[in-house]
Amino acid sequence: MKEYEIVVIGGGPAGLAAALEARENGAGEILILERDVRTGGILNQCIHNGFGLHTFQEELTGPEYADRFVQQVRKAGIETRCGSMVIRVGRDRTVTYVNREEGLTQVRAKAVILAMGCRERPRGALNIPGYRPAGIYSAGTAQRLVNLEGVCVGKKAVILGSGDIGLIMARRLTLEGTKVLAVAEVMPYSGGLKRNIVQCLDDFGIPLLLNHTVVEILGKKRVEGVVLARVDENRKPVPGTQRLLECDTLLLSVGLLPENELTRELGADMDRATGGPCVNQRMETRIPGIFACGNVLHVHDLVDYVSQEAALAGKEAALWIREESGRETKADCRGEGIFLQAGRGIRYTVPQRLDSAGNGGNVTVRFRVDGVYQDSSIAVYSKDCCLVRKKKRVLSPGEMEQLVLTAQQQDLCRRQGEIRICVETGREQ
Amino acid sequence: MGGKYDVVIIGGGVTGAAIARELSRYDLKTCLLEREEDVCSGTSKANSAIVHAGYDAKPGTNKARMNVEGNRMMEELSRELDFEFQRNGSLVVCFGPEELPALERLLEQGKQNGVEGLSIISGEEARKMEPNLREEVYAALHAPSGGIVCPFGLTIALAENACDNGVEFRFNTEVTEVKRLEDKETEDKETADKGAGTAGGGYRIRTLRGDLETRFVVNAAGLYADVFHNMVSSKPISISPRRGSYWLLDKESAPCVNHTVFQVPGRFGKGVLVTPTVHGNLLLGPTAVDIDDKEDTRTTAGELEDIRKKASRSVRDIPFSRVITSFAGLRAREEGDDFVLGKAPGAPGFFDAAGIDSPGLTAAPAIGRFLAGQIARAAGAKEKADFNPYRKGIVKAAALPLQDRAKLIQKDPAYGTIVCRCEQISEGEIRDAVTRTLGAKSMDGIKRRVRAGMGRCQAGFCTPGVMEILARKLGLPPEEICKNGDGSRLLEGGMGQ
Repeated sequence: MKEYEIVVIGGGPAGLAAALEARENGAGEILILERDVRTGGILNQCIHNGFGLHTFQEELTGPEYADRFVQQVRKAGIETRCGSMVIRVGRDRTVTYVNREEGLTQVRAKAVILAMGCRERPRGALNIPGYRPAGIYSAGTAQRLVNLEGVCVGKKAVILGSGDIGLIMARRLTLEGTKVLAVAEVMPYSGGLKRNIVQCLDDFGIPLLLNHTVVEILGKKRVEGVVLARVDENRKPVPGTQRLLECDTLLLSVGLLPENELTRELGADMDRATGGPCVNQRMETRIPGIFACGNVLHVHDLVDYVSQEAALAGKEAALWIREESGRETKADCRGEGIFLQAGRGIRYTVPQRLDSAGNGGNVTVRFRVDGVYQDSSIAVYSKDCCLVRKKKRVLSPGEMEQLVLTAQQQDLCRRQGEIRICVETGREQ
Repeated sequence: MGGKYDVVIIGGGVTGAAIARELSRYDLKTCLLEREEDVCSGTSKANSAIVHAGYDAKPGTNKARMNVEGNRMMEELSRELDFEFQRNGSLVVCFGPEELPALERLLEQGKQNGVEGLSIISGEEARKMEPNLREEVYAALHAPSGGIVCPFGLTIALAENACDNGVEFRFNTEVTEVKRLEDKETEDKETADKGAGTAGGGYRIRTLRGDLETRFVVNAAGLYADVFHNMVSSKPISISPRRGSYWLLDKESAPCVNHTVFQVPGRFGKGVLVTPTVHGNLLLGPTAVDIDDKEDTRTTAGELEDIRKKASRSVRDIPFSRVITSFAGLRAREEGDDFVLGKAPGAPGFFDAAGIDSPGLTAAPAIGRFLAGQIARAAGAKEKADFNPYRKGIVKAAALPLQDRAKLIQKDPAYGTIVCRCEQISEGEIRDAVTRTLGAKSMDGIKRRVRAGMGRCQAGFCTPGVMEILARKLGLPPEEICKNGDGSRLLEGGMGQ
């Protein structure tokens, strides 16, 4: 069985950044396993611009952003296997994968970085009544078909869900000649970035119908129309508000789910709120030597933050190999750290915990709020002591937030055994 | 098109396929006509996927007899034809002492029908077998012979085996008329002679793709069996659709229940079942709504909500957040509430397999054997020496031991490229589904044969890959790939630049 220092599962933005940073920090043999035919992940089909403003201070398309990392990975001589699907990761960090060339292969790693990304929530999860015809696509599938396969999915479309992919696809379909009748959103606010609403809907005159959902799909063979209805505050359709929109296509952009089949099989602690594993400030799961980063951990809006988070995971994995790989029991005992409590208004945080050791540096905490708040603050407490208070004009679940905890602040929390993040004094919408 | 046959079977559902397979044992020229592009496209594709024990039907009915016999045949059949079947046992639960007599009636009925191993157990005993049963469960009828099957797997296996043994399958061939021929009307002397005394002059079957002549007709037309029956028989029947909706939940490491859990009809109405599927998913349903339209397979918000409420009555902790799809199917209910089997009155040579609602899936193999026997006798047919009862299914690479999987990929690298990640289906398996006997022609055909697109992402990930393989293997441009037959193209609006 071939041995690697690090095996990275997934060659998207997270996997690439993690592998690079691991190499920068002295990791020897690294293997990236990617199931698609090329690395770059979902960025390959995101041909719109707006990537890399933070990382490269320029506006790149998805493939361009990915390519910067792909080139560096190549230069660094990191081994990459495409068309390779990992079917199992063992607690002993044995990784089993299949591909055409090698068949079924097992390799052993000193550290494994999980970077499998996320997938789209399907129609079934929404239980939309009606027929089950052709012409219903998740937005990402349509994006792949249009951008990578060069085909059109339909002539007239309705989009359910105003997540970023839905918004981007409203513009993309319009540019390809598909008439987009409306984007319906069941919540009173969009799940996407403000800039995408402006650039993808407003600029093209596509209506965003908040508090609306699809209550029936018509058409036995191919979609012939959808019935929209307004919903009340409990997200139940309001009788009498139904209206039929004739269309041949329904796109669903109704949420992304971290893809953690392998992680669950490993028996890692999972966070119900994120759908990903729980990690400490080193992006390390509770299983020694298993790290996670990117959308497998929690769904990001901006790839720049994926790259940052993944770089941290790569660096920590490299350090872990040097310092601790022989001492598994110590790592296993890391449970003695403290949990970051998601207080009022906070849906989740990543990392979920701070381990007892700390590494003397800053920790970036990323999180999402649970509703729209205006003129409010984000605050961090340990017992009665307020460590951070940050004013925010608008907070929305569609935009990931982050704040930084210094080493001193972390130490205080560790001493007091508590840390809590919450939203304060805002008008709730 | 056209042609002359000994037997024409109308309908390629599980019943038609089972009859075809049993008829293929004999030296008969048989043709099966199916309206859709594939077998298993109507009632057979959307049902509870249950192999019933046989305590539900009234003693002495066709349903009772065929159910128990079909149940007994299933094990050996699954070995011969390589489809998924499990005898997981079933429980019919009741919620109070006042419902106990209903359970006892089922027990008695089951015994009379010849069901083995039935017993009534207490709520505690039932919860020992199924810890997720609710505290409110008072008692249960335990039927160890109850089972679960893959309805696609069963139907497709029967059809493929029939085809391999010489039965001709014609798809996209809707029958519009069945007409009995007078002796002089038949153009073929030989047919007329052979048919003498049994089928008279035989039948002319008019389809949208031309006419056929045949000595015998098998009417396995599901919801439309009354239409064809009434074209020739002196005693009309009437079949009406009863819609049943279902929820399908994601696979989990520890399934919510292992047995099929029914509810005894009682103060809450008929109740719904909670069952694992042979693939490890959880299935809830069905509702029972009598409708008029024989094509109306819509799910409705009300029915879906009804399933949630009723399923929760018998089983706790159902992970409703893990629903991956909901669907509805129609049951072909005959007025007399029994299977209509055998010679149609006033129509010699015309055999019915009509009114096949529950337990039709279970009963299909028995119905096939029964009707094939009747027809073979009437036709004076002999068993073929070269009938091959065996059929090998498509290899399931992900289910193989690692070493075998490695060898398989070494031999054929296409099994090493995973196209459907949820169910881990490889390119090789999808290719096999297209190229083998009665191969898939559409996305749904692939889904029913190898489960690509059947998993938790519901084809979000594998759609482009499956489309590409279908297009390549069928020699079609991608825009002509359909979900399930004409009118269901996946791509509309032409190609991009």
